[in-house]
Amino acid sequence: MPRRLARPAIHAVLLLLAVAYLVPLAAVALNSVRSTEDILQTSMIGLPRALVWTNFSQTWSSYCLAEHCSGIRPYFLNSLEMTIPATIISTLLGALNGYSLALWRFRGDVWVFGIITLGVFLPEQMKLVPWVIVLRELGLFNTIAGLVLIHIVQGLSFTTLFCRNYYTAIPTDLLKAARIDGAGFFRIFWRIVLPLSPPILIVTVIWQFTGIWNEYLYGVTFAAGEQQPITAALIALSAHVSEAPHYGEQSAAVLLAAAPTLLVYLFGGRYFLRGLTTGAVK
Amino acid sequence: MSALRIRDVWKRYGHLPVLKGIDLDIDNGEFTILVGPSGCGKSTLLSIIAGLDNASQGSIEIGGRPMEGVAAKDRNIAMVFQSYALYPSMTVRQNMTFGMECRRVPKRQQIEALERVAKLLQIEALLDRKPSQLSGGQRQRVAMGRALVRDPLLFLFDEPLSNLDAKLRVEMRMEIKRLHARLGSTIVYVTHDQIEAMTLATRIAVMQQGEVQQFADPDTVYNRPANLFVARFMGSPPMNTLPARLAAENSQLWAVLGDGAVRLPVPAAFGDMTQVGREVVLGIRPECIAEQTRHFDGDPAATLLLDIPVEMTEPTGAETIVLLRLAGREVLGRISPDIRLLPGTTARFTVDTRKICLFDPQTERLIA
Repeated sequence: MPRRLARPAIHAVLLLLAVAYLVPLAAVALNSVRSTEDILQTSMIGLPRALVWTNFSQTWSSYCLAEHCSGIRPYFLNSLEMTIPATIISTLLGALNGYSLALWRFRGDVWVFGIITLGVFLPEQMKLVPWVIVLRELGLFNTIAGLVLIHIVQGLSFTTLFCRNYYTAIPTDLLKAARIDGAGFFRIFWRIVLPLSPPILIVTVIWQFTGIWNEYLYGVTFAAGEQQPITAALIALSAHVSEAPHYGEQSAAVLLAAAPTLLVYLFGGRYFLRGLTTGAVK
Repeated sequence: MSALRIRDVWKRYGHLPVLKGIDLDIDNGEFTILVGPSGCGKSTLLSIIAGLDNASQGSIEIGGRPMEGVAAKDRNIAMVFQSYALYPSMTVRQNMTFGMECRRVPKRQQIEALERVAKLLQIEALLDRKPSQLSGGQRQRVAMGRALVRDPLLFLFDEPLSNLDAKLRVEMRMEIKRLHARLGSTIVYVTHDQIEAMTLATRIAVMQQGEVQQFADPDTVYNRPANLFVARFMGSPPMNTLPARLAAENSQLWAVLGDGAVRLPVPAAFGDMTQVGREVVLGIRPECIAEQTRHFDGDPAATLLLDIPVEMTEPTGAETIVLLRLAGREVLGRISPDIRLLPGTTARFTVDTRKICLFDPQTERLIA
């Protein structure tokens, strides 16, 4: 192929793939402002005949899921209640772990780090039964606190890995200087290491927030009824599809459920990419 | 009183010893320089003094107090790092007061110390900047300032000038010397630069392979190096070292070079005739080999004229280094820059033999 055609050809292929990838999102977005009749009479994929914004308000506060007609709002709040503390706590603990593993070498630190990172590779299905036992023993079954605990512990592998690798770029002379200045473990963390951390903390927060918000398996296993996070609740929503389809409301629910992670990525994505590619402390 | 006393300090990594029984006594107000090639253990020794690293064996006393089990922060020391190690997120002011803050020094006292040192180092205008907004020389000053606000028993400097460009390095060197003269502080300073060692130190510890080769004032280290390593390490260009044999004539001891064509009188201090016939290594500094017209003071019998072939010349501006072939060996001399010698020719040189050193070829130690 002539050289001057190669680039347009590549662009054409990429464009095609991008369109294919975005079709489901586009369909859901369009359906969220169509009425159910409109969708049933024409097709699942199509432009709205009239914009129906009430889909959003209904699905938010009055749509019926199972036997509760309070919309997805309570489940959405459950998700926030679970995701925010789990994200913050797992990020801070990961930073603390990473700091001590990267900058305070101790006997066996490589092993400790290796075992923590092993958690990254364990499938979550494998950990279901152990968690059942732990939550039962702690009396946290079917509570949001239980899910928070699970996500903090599960998240530690990733947050520790991220932070530790970032902190290895911090020159050890800084720590030595601080030790001579009289600062201890926590003061050095708080005054010197943490102020250097925003790039990696943003990465970790985005990663954790997205992961925890989108998590489904634990949500559906360890919470029932009103304790469910939004991901689990959405399934209850689609369970009704076969009986009486409400495609418009359901599409709106999907969009609302996806909104927080999209927003987090839109606002923090820049830092996310930057943080993944740079490790230098400058 | 001894400000720092180091006794039989060893450091081993596994079975590999990097420090092999270091003994040093450093008095109050002394400017001691640990100098040596990279890997000689000088920085490790400094870390052990600072309490940032543990010795495998041996003891350290600072201000008469044993340091066994004493943490770095409680040793009453301050340290300046090669990388400066300024806290990136803090301003210059915060960098300098952080140590006092950790020690809960009252705010008023902190401000006083800060102002005093900022004035001393002329960094008052920089106090509200972040380290990233400073030039290399300014960072260096701040790093020194951070050490000076504390007024400790002992200052430790780990190659503080290595990251500066040549011009700034010379400036800061003078400034450090002036500071020491003014404050009279006790300093232990690590460098691999023998010129820094010569210019700054009141005493130099030359280190190699984990051992102190010589611990003496700069004059002694330069003129009477304890062994061949010190002779070749200190001085730029280094001391010439040539195999020689001792011979006697007219009750004068001579060092005979090569096949006997060249012989140099051995200083009277080494007038031991029993040594005749002994093989030695003769050391002579390049500045003792100069152009014919140069006049060296002292005993005229100690100066002699020699015709030596010139192999190469290196004009540096202030002087010209000449590479000569003396009795089959390469020898360096330093001549006046006004004299142009052609490589390949033979010229006449004045040789000052008063500072000749003799070393034992086996032990490599100084004989005389």
